[in-house]
Order: sequence, then structure tokens, then C-alpha cells
Amino acid sequence: MTRINLTVDGSRVSDEVEPRMLLVQYLREKLGKTGTVIGCDTSNCGACTVHLDGVSVKSCNVLAVQADGGEVTTIEGLAQDGELHQVQKSFRECHGLQCGFCTPGMIMQSVDLLKTNPNPSEQEIRVGLEGNLCRCTGYHNIVRSVQHAAAATGGAQ
Amino acid sequence: MTLTDDEMTQAEPDAGLEIGKDRRRKEDQRLITGRTRWTDNLVLPGMLHLAMVRSPFAHARITNIDTSMAKAAPNVVTVITGAEVADEQGGLPNAWPITPDQVTPNHPPIAVDRVVFAGEIVAVVAARTAAEARDAAELVDIDYEELPAALDLKEAAAATPENGGALAHPDLGTNRSALWTFDSAEAGTGGNVDEAIARARTDGIVIEREYRQQRLIPAFMEPRSTVVDPTGEQITMWSATQIPHILKFLLAAVTGVSESKIRVIAPDVGGGFGGKLQTTPEEFITFLLARRLGKPVKYTETRSESLMAAHHGRDQWQRLTLSAEKNGRVTGFKVELLADLGSHVSLVGGGVPVLGAFMFNAIYKFPAYQFNVQTVLTNKTWTDAYRGAGRPEATYAVERIMDELAAEVGVDPLEIRERNWITHEEFPFTTVAGLEYDSGNYEAATARAKELFGYDELRAEQRARREAGDRVQLGIGVSTFTEMCGLAPSRVLGSLDYGAGGWEHASVRMLPTGKVEVLTGASAHGQGHETAFSQIVADRLGVAFEDVEVLHGDTMVSHKGLDTYGSRSLVVGGEAIVRAADKVIEKARPIAAHLLEAAADDLEFKAGRFSVKGTDQGMAMAEVALATFAAHNLPDGVEASLDSDATFDPVNFNYPHGTHLCAMEVDTETGQVTMRKYAACDDVGNIINPLIVSGQLHGGLVQGISQALWEEAVYDDSGTLVTGSFVDYLLPTSADTISFDLDHTTSPATTNSLGTKGVGEAGTIASTPAVVNAVVDAVRHLGVNDIRMPCTPERVWKAIAQARGGAAGGGGQAETVGAAAPHFDESTGMEGTVDRTTGGSDA
Ligand code: FES
Ligand code: FES
Repeated sequence: MTRINLTVDGSRVSDEVEPRMLLVQYLREKLGKTGTVIGCDTSNCGACTVHLDGVSVKSCNVLAVQADGGEVTTIEGLAQDGELHQVQKSFRECHGLQCGFCTPGMIMQSVDLLKTNPNPSEQEIRVGLEGNLCRCTGYHNIVRSVQHAAAATGGAQ
Repeated sequence: MTLTDDEMTQAEPDAGLEIGKDRRRKEDQRLITGRTRWTDNLVLPGMLHLAMVRSPFAHARITNIDTSMAKAAPNVVTVITGAEVADEQGGLPNAWPITPDQVTPNHPPIAVDRVVFAGEIVAVVAARTAAEARDAAELVDIDYEELPAALDLKEAAAATPENGGALAHPDLGTNRSALWTFDSAEAGTGGNVDEAIARARTDGIVIEREYRQQRLIPAFMEPRSTVVDPTGEQITMWSATQIPHILKFLLAAVTGVSESKIRVIAPDVGGGFGGKLQTTPEEFITFLLARRLGKPVKYTETRSESLMAAHHGRDQWQRLTLSAEKNGRVTGFKVELLADLGSHVSLVGGGVPVLGAFMFNAIYKFPAYQFNVQTVLTNKTWTDAYRGAGRPEATYAVERIMDELAAEVGVDPLEIRERNWITHEEFPFTTVAGLEYDSGNYEAATARAKELFGYDELRAEQRARREAGDRVQLGIGVSTFTEMCGLAPSRVLGSLDYGAGGWEHASVRMLPTGKVEVLTGASAHGQGHETAFSQIVADRLGVAFEDVEVLHGDTMVSHKGLDTYGSRSLVVGGEAIVRAADKVIEKARPIAAHLLEAAADDLEFKAGRFSVKGTDQGMAMAEVALATFAAHNLPDGVEASLDSDATFDPVNFNYPHGTHLCAMEVDTETGQVTMRKYAACDDVGNIINPLIVSGQLHGGLVQGISQALWEEAVYDDSGTLVTGSFVDYLLPTSADTISFDLDHTTSPATTNSLGTKGVGEAGTIASTPAVVNAVVDAVRHLGVNDIRMPCTPERVWKAIAQARGGAAGGGGQAETVGAAAPHFDESTGMEGTVDRTTGGSDA
């Protein structure tokens, strides 16, 4: 067991964890952050994407102990002061989700994408979301959602 | 590709009407904020976790199982084997024996003495945590004695005890499960196919082809998960399922526990596509263990388990003979299928090819038709419904072979379709397969699709590239599809020996405050039922969209239903809601009349208000609801309730259709294929929510495109699934796909008052042939007339090289032309063999 200290969605947490525990397991099982989900065992699907120190990571690919001292944002911490993040709003506006299972990861990845490239082309969006699988939407409306978010904030993500 | 925001927006709907509006989904708030109720999120006090020990062999005798080490592992509560629970575990149900003499192997949830596919459950560990259960599962020591495995579909069909071929279940003495046939001459719906073919052989055109429908994996994003809590008065099961009501009934039927003691809840479900239309071994095992241990138990599969052991789809060989006059008018179509059921006849798996039987003649006026399917058992994961179930296979076959006919006649593929399709004046039309198509307009949809696509310009570009001998060639693919959806009517399903009906149930309840609660038996997994159903009820009762609450997916709440599959939720379930709402209005009418001191016949109901004709007197439904609740002043003999139930069973399926056009670029040097443009005009009747309809189409399109280009479940020679993770089983990403240009025409359905048709499967059914037709079209001038799916660069390159003179050796031929069919011998009831070169491995 190893002690870790981190900030998750703005709250400071401290825990004893097994060294083999993945960040996604820690978030789901220890903190009840069940918005972050697991879709594969191979780091392919991106359903588990969260932000670690402001950068999107697949949380099934990070050990909880590696996140020690870090700051984690999950889908549950994305809305601020009761106000949805623009990317969340845009996914809803453009019907960028159906079953919603890929959605937390998709949104977290999109937020990161827009942070580094506030005005992406369709192709840049498609490549930027390549690590996140969606089986429902055919990606068409996901791409539109990201375009919508970019336009709504005038490139100020 | 440009993205237009209004691509599917209908003409401005009447102000105040919800139906036809692009309503944003009610479901989304919880899904975009992560406040979702996935089954795997559930944590119950004292809950135990399961891990499955699965067979590494496709076919083997279990000679010994030693569970002692696993039992001694930390925090393990129990380890069970099939033999230990044989008395209790029952067998998984098969609800669709397609013929009375169907061969159906017994299907225990945990294998007892023999495993029949790689991935089958052999032992189960229950422990305090999932990690501990998995660790202990590694310690279960099993001795196997490998047996010959039936893996190749054609070989399995031909195997007999006498010829020494491998049998999936040696005790059954055959791998042939059932032979199902249809003949239009016998059915009286058309002429004699063999005569038509014989005639065409002397004076006409005969096209013979063999196509492979590769095995696919539904690959819903949320892995299957089940929690069972036996600690209450009822046993409650949460499951990531499409079919909570059917599951509850079958749990009761198999285990003997009374139905009233079982509650099944499908909370948020992360996709299904037919893959969660199953009563799974995992569900039965979790149920059994929870009861034995008297504690809540959870099982969530890993992705590898999901790919290996949740059911697969498609997997057919299709042998087709099409006869036509020299001008391209089809005179007969004969279809012979082999369908791989895998190791068991699953819940409705045997019936999937039968669903397709009715669709091989598609939108065409074929005068004669014959269909034979032999279902076959093998030592692979069992197959069952996957998006479209039977209909994509049929549509692929007919839309591919119509292109071959066009090439033979020397006309544009759209021209050959026009010469054969049902014209819009001819509806309703009874097809050679015996279905009555209620409405449709293939001309209008095709004209609109051509316009959207820029058909003539792209054809001109194609010609120019050909003439210039460009390295990258352009191909244009056509698919003019129709499908049979809205699974029901019960009477018809019964005539096909399906084990259940197809009705759907709904309740509509006016609450005292004027809000409305709607219960539906159609349980959603991403389709947006809460939104679409709210729109219907808002219009019907004249209440606000926001004031309607739709409840589903819990058998204690929506106590009756037949769930969601086969694009039936809206056209069957939606209509049940309409009928229940209408009953509420009729219950409210005498109460309103009494309160308004008017005659009930003098009241008209409009926009949520009863008013006395010719006066300004009236009262809102909300006021009637409150008065009914108070019950101070009701007419004599009237029930103090504005709740109503309705069950709807339509008289017919419904038949959405459309024209899909795809442009593919093919690099003739590398075989690389790239999608250039995809445009489609669909006709799904009246549309409740254009936004949701376009979303369903987009998702469906990519699933169909993916079959054409990327996906295939591949087994190695020993029966191990090679594509056992998302590293090997290629799902398309955003970077692999493009955006679509869609529009629609409207031919309202006549079998439900909403005039709607199903949309969930349309995109998938239509897009696969459009894409493959485009790829073949790009290189047809080089001598290629078929490429097996998925059209990987390697296969495309081999086909080109083969056509150019054998540079790729025999491989191209092996891939592009199917083998002579050893299974089509006398004893199958199918005749002759295909007069074609051999080759083609099934693996
Ligand atoms: S669960 Fe992390 S990438 Fe799939
Ligand atoms: S919305 Fe279902 S997987 Fe993306």
C-alpha cells in the first residue's frame, strides 16, 4: 500500500492504494467518480479520459500512484459554478451523443483539443479525437459538437 | 465536406407542435455530466464480485478441475464448476426454433464436461473484490483433452460421422441445425425460379455469385454488466440489457422462481446493436450465485471477454443465381445460404437468416424467388442479431448482384434498378416474398440522392480519371434499399415459429398537477426514447414537452413490454403510447363535460383543452386532472383516475427505404481505399425528431461502412479469436470516417397513426453494399468484379493484381471468388455445385 495525495475535481484527497491500482479504478471505486468509465483493456477506447494536470490522459493507462501530487479533473468536475462547460453544452446542442458511454471521455478529449487548437478544421478534429471510440454516433455529430464549441467561444477555450 | 446544421430539418412544423421538432434530448443532461446509472456503477452493501474462468480451447473434454487453490485464495467466498451446479443451472433458452426438427444442443451456462468454444465459462469465482476474484480465477487448474473442432462453415456443413468431419457436438451426429426454405411458386406469390433460370440460360442472362458475410462483433461500448440483489422481498437484477422484460420472463421460466419475485432493471445502457438482445450465461450465473450466497453479486466483463463471448453477428455464405432478360429485367432469383450459428442456437439466432429471407428481393418486382438457408453449428462464439439482423445480409446480396447485372447489360446501375423496381403508383405492393409494402417512392428518393451527391459530375470525373489512366481511380456505389422493420405483428411472428409476440405496451398517467407520466415497455439504450416519446405525448395531450416524464427499463415500473430491437420502439411502442393517451382523453371527456355542465358530445379537445363547441367555455386537461384527483364532483359511475393502458400490435411490419450513394477512391498501386463522399436520401415516413433520426442514420451508416471496409472477427486454425481486443478488432475512429450529406422524402406508414417507420437499422443495411459497389466500380474496368469484405488494402490490391494477370498469385482469386460449395449436395435439399473456380479460405 502506498499513500497518495491529489486533488480531484477541486477536492483534496489522501488515500492508501495498492501500487497496481489504476487511476480509473481509484476514481471509480474509491472516490465514486463513476462518470469516468472503462470500455476496454487495451487503452484503445478513450472512455476513461480525464485531465491530469490539465492534460487529457487515459486513466486506465496511469497508475493511481503516478497521479500522486497531481490535479485530476473528471467529467463530474468540468461544469463550474453550476454552469456547464461549453463543450458539454455543444455536445447536447449538436446531438453529439447517443448512449453516452463514450461521452465523458469524448468531452474531456475535446476540451483538451480545443485548448491546444482553438479553431480546428474538421480534419484536425477527426485526428484529435482518434483515440476515442464511439459506436453510436458515427462521429458526424461529435465533429459538429466540437466545431460548435469552437465557434461559440470564438476560439477562446 | 461541409456540415450543414439543418441537413435533416423538416419544413417548419406548426407552431406549438412538438412532433417534427429538433428537440434536444432529455437524456443528455445526465450523460454529459457523468451522473449516469451504468450497471457497473452500482455498489451494494456486502456485494461480492465474480470472475469467470473461460476455456482456451474451441472444443475439448474437461477431464479434471481443481479449484482448491482458488478456494484458498484471499477473500474468495466460493468457486463453482458446471458439474457442481448442473442440477440448478438449467439451460439457456432458444426462443426461435425455425423448423420443428431443428437440432438444438443443450446450453448450460457453465460447461459441464465439454467446452464448445474458446471463451466458454468453465468455472466461476466469487470474491470480495473484482481484483481478488480475477486473481483467484488464475488459480483454477483445469485439464482438457482437445477434440477436433468444427470451425470452417462450409466444412462444418459437410461434416458427418461417416466422413470424419469435425462435429461441434459429436453426440448430435450432425452440424446441421435446420433447413428453412421458401419458394414463391409453392407459396403462390410468384413463379418457378428453376424454370426462369433455365429459360435465361438459353435466351437471357444468368449471373451466379457467391458472397461472404463475414462474422462481426456488435462491440457496444459499455461492456456487459449484471448485478443481482437477492436480499429483498424480490430478487432484483440490474443488467446492461436491451430486453429487461424478456429477461425477467426467461429467468422465471428457466429457474422456476416466480415472475412476481423477480425485478429486472436496465438502467442506462451503453449501446446494444442487437448484442444485448440475449439472456446470457453470465446473467444466469450471477442470478444463481446471488441466490446461493444470499448476497448481492456483481459481474462486469472485460473487453476481451466481451469480444470473445458476447454474441457475434452475420457470418453467412450466400450463393446467388439471378436470371434476367437481355434488357436487364429480372425473371428469377435463387438464394442459398449457409449461416454459422456458432456453438449454440442462441435466443433468436436461428431466426436471423429467416428475417432476411423476406428481403432478398428488396425493392424489386422479381417474378420468381426461392430461398434456402441451412443453419450450421460450429465451435465458435454463437451468433445472433446484430444491427439489421438478416436484412443487411439480404440487401448486400441483392444490391451487389444488381450491379453485376448492370455491368452485364452495359447500363448504369441506377438504370438497372429503375427497370426492376416497384414504381410509386404500384403501392401497396405484395412482393414475391409475400410481404405487402405499404408505401414508398423509390423514384423520388433516388432523384433527391442523385442531386445531393452530384451524381452526374462524379460520373464525369470517374470517366476522366479512367481515360487518363490515373493511379487513383474513382468508384461510385449505389444502394437502393428497403427493409422490413418494427418487429411485430405477433401473428406473423407466430407463423414463423418465433417464441413470442411483437406487441408493445404503454401506460399514460395524468398526475394531479397536470404533468404526465408515461411508461413504456420499449427499453432504450441510446435511442432517445425519453425525448421522442415526450414529444408524442405533448402533442397528443396538449401539455408541455417538459411536463412529460418517460419511465422505462424497470419491470416493476413499466411492468409489461417486449423491449427494444428491430427498430420497433417508435412504430410499435410509440403507437401504444398514442393509444393510451387517447384513452386518457376519452376518460377525461365525461368528467370535463360534467364540470362544464355540457354534453360530452359537445366537447372538442384541442391543444390540451376541452371546450364547448361554439362557446368560449372550456377547461384545460390539467384542471380536469386536479378535479379527478380531488374527486369531489365526478359524474356517477366514473372512475377517479386518468390513467390508461394500451397494447399495440400492428397489422404489418413497416418498410423504410432510401437511396444511398457513395464515392470511393481506390489507389490501384496500393489497394488503399478512401471515402470521398457519401450522400443518401432516406424515407422513414413521418419524423418525430429530425435530430435523433439523423443521429441514428449517422451511427448506422458507420456501422455498415465498417463492415464493408474494416471489421471482421477472425479465428485461427485452432479456433482462438485472433481479433480478441480493440487492438485487432478494428472499430473505425473519427479519423477513418467522413461526414455525410443526408436528406429525406416522406411516404407515411399506413400501419400506425403516427405514419412513422423504423430508422435504427436503416443506415447499416444501406451502406455496406453502397461502399463495396463503389470499390468494385472503381476497378471494374481493370477486370475486377468482386472483392470480399472487409475490403482491406491487401484484398483490393490482390484483386487488382489478379485481374491484371496473376501478379499476386492465386491469392486474389481465392479472396474474390468463393469456393465450390461442398455443402450444397443432395442431402441439404439444395442442388448442384457452383460452376466456379475453387479457393477461398473461410477463416
Ligand atoms: S478504458 Fe481506458 S482507453 Fe479504454
Ligand atoms: S454515444 Fe454510444 S458509444 Fe458514443
